[in-house]
Amino acid sequence: MPATVAPAPPHGGLRVRRRGGVRRGEGLAGWVFVLPVIVILGVFLFVPVLMALWVSFSDWTGRGSPFSGGVRFVGLDNYASLTTGGGLATRDFGTALRNNAWYVVLVVPLQTALSLLLAVLVSRRMLRARGFFRTAFYFPSVTSSVAITVLWVFLFSYAGPVNQIIAWLGATGPNWFQDPRGILNLALGGGPGPAWLADSGFLGISWWDWLSGPSVAMLALILMAVFTTSGTFMLLFIAALQNVGEDLTEAGMVDGANGWQRFWRITLPQLRPTLFTVITLGLIGCWQVFDQIYTGTQGGPAKTTVTPAYLSYTAAFQNQEWGQGAAIAFILFLIIIVFTILQRWVLRDRPVSRRRMRPYLPKGVRS
Amino acid sequence: MTITDDAGRGPDAALGAEPIGSGAPGRTASSPRARRHRLTPGRVAGQVVLYGVLALLALVYIYPFLVQVATSFKSEQEAALDPVSLLPQTFTVAAYERLFLHSDFPLWFANSAIVTICVTLGRVFFVSLAGYALARLRFRGRAVVFAMVVAVMAVPTVVLLIPKFLVLKQIGIYDSYAGMILPLLVDAAGVFIMKNFFESIPVAVEEQARIDGAGTFRVFWSIVLPMARPALITIVILSFQGSWNELSHFIIATQSPGLTTLTKGVASLASGQLSQGTQYPLKLAAAAIMTIPVAVLFFVFQRRIVNTSEGAVKG
Repeated sequence: MPATVAPAPPHGGLRVRRRGGVRRGEGLAGWVFVLPVIVILGVFLFVPVLMALWVSFSDWTGRGSPFSGGVRFVGLDNYASLTTGGGLATRDFGTALRNNAWYVVLVVPLQTALSLLLAVLVSRRMLRARGFFRTAFYFPSVTSSVAITVLWVFLFSYAGPVNQIIAWLGATGPNWFQDPRGILNLALGGGPGPAWLADSGFLGISWWDWLSGPSVAMLALILMAVFTTSGTFMLLFIAALQNVGEDLTEAGMVDGANGWQRFWRITLPQLRPTLFTVITLGLIGCWQVFDQIYTGTQGGPAKTTVTPAYLSYTAAFQNQEWGQGAAIAFILFLIIIVFTILQRWVLRDRPVSRRRMRPYLPKGVRS
Repeated sequence: MTITDDAGRGPDAALGAEPIGSGAPGRTASSPRARRHRLTPGRVAGQVVLYGVLALLALVYIYPFLVQVATSFKSEQEAALDPVSLLPQTFTVAAYERLFLHSDFPLWFANSAIVTICVTLGRVFFVSLAGYALARLRFRGRAVVFAMVVAVMAVPTVVLLIPKFLVLKQIGIYDSYAGMILPLLVDAAGVFIMKNFFESIPVAVEEQARIDGAGTFRVFWSIVLPMARPALITIVILSFQGSWNELSHFIIATQSPGLTTLTKGVASLASGQLSQGTQYPLKLAAAAIMTIPVAVLFFVFQRRIVNTSEGAVKG
């Protein structure tokens, strides 16, 4: 490049600054590069959220524009009718929360434990056909929720394969997707609850209903969620297990720890960040159940598979209660945020207590 | 993003080259001891239990799909009488015939294909552009843009059903291909993945090209993108799978039958809006066909998906 080594540039200072350096024009290029993303996220995410926030404070009925003159601001009315109104809206919302809460309580621990178990099994060093097993366990995760729900409704139909297999084992399976009875209630004999639980309640639902567990229909959906998500989370755990140091495990062996102890005391603590990710993703996903309900049960039987996401959809698009639908969506958003923060707080890194540290401290420091 | 050579470790392990506490490779004394160690009855029993458990689990994971395909070739009667068997007694393609010749299924398939291809191409381009800018280019407001992308990742999609419908109506693209495709074109998680990837590759090559006088877009297009193949494949997998399997967005973005996608169409089949009776062979055939494209994609990139050390997919 002999030209650039020419003694004095004949241009003015400004010109030199603009041409000089390899970073010329970067500011403009940067904005041009991110512009499509900003426009699309802005138009289809940021603006709509603000619009929906307005709708959740209005009495819009779906006719015309929500910003036309006829639409009134009604303050927190929509939120109030869901939480303190005591009417049908409150009962439906309470039912949806109850259904989804049980779903979360069962799905998150089961899918976390199962995916960890699968990951540990397929990460063993001497395993043959490792690729086959990983593929088999991951495959349900790539299928669409619609396809898998169609399959599940067939598997768990009254005369379907699951009940046939149960029959071979000498028992009678329930009519899964038609059975609204709570499984805890069934386990305890299935009678009506005591008056002190049945007569008072929360969000229009008696305490007895809150405690009776997910319905048999919901249980089938819970099993489906565990089936379809365990493969994805297994991959995360496999990746984490590959980074677990061999040295520590071998040190544990030398110290005489058996396989069980090594897993709980050495491997698991090192998987903590992944465990955190899996539980967080699980929680967020579980509060958003929609496709399965829309495809499979439409909320039935007896509204025991209605979830807040599905209720928000039906309230707005079927019953034209747009304000309520939007309000449910924002309450759901809040729930997801609160759970994520809560979970982060529970699983935070705590300093080791003195009592647990004691065996490891040098003699002089003890007491 | 290296592909870990998991399989490469396999043969060694299978040959028993990694016995616990074996010494240096040259020490022949450790080898027989290790073999004896492996063949204790307890060890054999442990292996049997391990493979037994794995085989049982694999059966639980695979059987539903096998019975799905089998049932789709059964007659409706046989599907009701003998739902468990994997071999149809009377093999029939009646369900497929009805789907392809006497229903809107081909139209649904075409719509899904159009949307998926547009979304995947668009996402790969926009997401890598933005990821590159956020990783490499210095411009005012970069930190703010990145913070926005991260914040957007936290908003659950289900919460956006009503908002998206409102905005599609407002700007007049409700019930059109544009309304189905545009909102899906950008994915914050994809921007995040690409930014992380670009930060992990050395900057030297680009700087050289810039010194030689290539413009920013030129550098991005002909030098950086070819290097980003592994990350781009991840984006392709995620976008394809995501848009092919998308349901809720299409429910709120369209109403005319001509714009029904596979997910929406099969969901309406499943809830019995279009048919009487159980019709399991028909429904399961529809569900099986809609699984094929993602299954093909999965098997093509299988090694990348299930063997990566960093869990590139869904990471």
